Amino acid sequence: MPARSIIQHMMNNVESRTTADAVVVEDLRVVRGGKPVLPCLSFSIPVGQVTGLLGPSGSGKTTLMRALVGVQKVAAGRVEVLGQPAGSAPLRRRLGYVTQAASVYDDLTVRENLRFFARVLDADPDAVERSIAAVDLGEAADRIVSRLSGGQRSRVSLAVALLRQPEVLVLDEPTVGLDPVLRRDLWQLFHRLADAGSTVVVSSHVMDEAERCDRLLLMREGRIIADGTPAGIKQQAGSDDIEQAFLHLVEAHAGSAA
Amino acid sequence: MSPRVTLAVAGRVLTQLRRDHRTMAMLLVLPVLLMSLLWWMFEALPGDTFDRVGPALLAMFPFIIMFLVTSVTTLRERGSGTLERLLSMPLGKGDFLLGYALAFGLVAAVQSVLAVSASVLLLGLEIQGPVVLLTVVAVADAVLGTALGLLVSAFAQTEFQAVQFMPALVIPQILLCGLFVPRSGLPDVLGAISDVLPLSYAVDAMRLLTATSDTGEVWNDLLVVCAFAVGSLVLGAATLRRRTA
Repeated sequence: MPARSIIQHMMNNVESRTTADAVVVEDLRVVRGGKPVLPCLSFSIPVGQVTGLLGPSGSGKTTLMRALVGVQKVAAGRVEVLGQPAGSAPLRRRLGYVTQAASVYDDLTVRENLRFFARVLDADPDAVERSIAAVDLGEAADRIVSRLSGGQRSRVSLAVALLRQPEVLVLDEPTVGLDPVLRRDLWQLFHRLADAGSTVVVSSHVMDEAERCDRLLLMREGRIIADGTPAGIKQQAGSDDIEQAFLHLVEAHAGSAA
Repeated sequence: MSPRVTLAVAGRVLTQLRRDHRTMAMLLVLPVLLMSLLWWMFEALPGDTFDRVGPALLAMFPFIIMFLVTSVTTLRERGSGTLERLLSMPLGKGDFLLGYALAFGLVAAVQSVLAVSASVLLLGLEIQGPVVLLTVVAVADAVLGTALGLLVSAFAQTEFQAVQFMPALVIPQILLCGLFVPRSGLPDVLGAISDVLPLSYAVDAMRLLTATSDTGEVWNDLLVVCAFAVGSLVLGAATLRRRTA
């Protein structure tokens, strides 16, 4: 038996290496307050892509992201990130997570926040200035976070996640409330990170951001109703607009379930 | 756990405190003012009431103030999402708690030095034992308050609730610590309860230090206070969960 399980383990390793999946989710079930938020999810995300998690609020995007990061209690199923169980200790240096609300200290300056997290993460000395530049906060670097605008605060939170140039970056609605120029810049940043080998998972409830992703997972009521490239999903739904495609898919889904 | 991360947490907490001038002023000045008020109250009365009550209050101030400050600050950290972020990073739970205990312990040390100096030099509090040990006991009391504050912050959802723990956990300790009725004179049941409350030992230590120069028993009391502080920190670490529902 042990020999067999070792072979099984090796085969699993070979499999994950050849397919190069950064994230593998199998039969994930999450129950919150007695309600199944994610009834049973399975999907995988390849390395080096920007994957968009799209769906209306309440569709389970945040819960799914929390499960990927390993801060969500899980009822059943398997979540693996970079070949290791989500939330395991070695992953904590390799993964960056940005929550929807800016998780930074309001009473510290931008730079003080980054310096603190850089020390916790043991990031290299240039990391702080590099992160500040990446989110374009150079001019606000010595201002207290509580005096910044909402968009600036969420960029401070994003900068923290960039400190260690994470292999997997999980971003929960990072572009909410930002002006179009900044949104474009951030999406360019996500693609640069992906081109450099990072796997970026971004959630959004704004459908027009879908076009900027390499791949989309459309979610509704804890289920994935479509999985593919933006072009592929539009083709599948017979529509040239993601919002329309989403509506078609929801209706088709409701029809098949009935 | 790593010293780098523990010190990072402590340094960050101190920077936050330094920013907050009002809290800083309250932490450092308030105990001195309260001791002065106490001295003034008894000044015109015959007897040595100030010498009798003063030491107990020197034990209580750092304990109560640190308990309140810590429970509210930690709760704020839970609410703002920064705790969850830290727990998704390579940070040991012990790093977090010890970092807080170090930072607030340092503030408590300054606070106690000020309160003890004012009491002894300005207000004429008579102390038979070594003044240094009195300060050490005060710091231990503050760390105990910090540790208990960290622990209760796990059981409160809002800052409102956290503040309610003060009458629930702190006032009974004040009533039973021997300030109002000597511990030996308490009914048996209350005496037994008093024996398992940490503040009783803190106040005993202060009393002994003012009354005698024999420090043997003081060390015992100090040990009990420290054991309670360590126990609360360990329990507090157990309440920090990386995964939540």
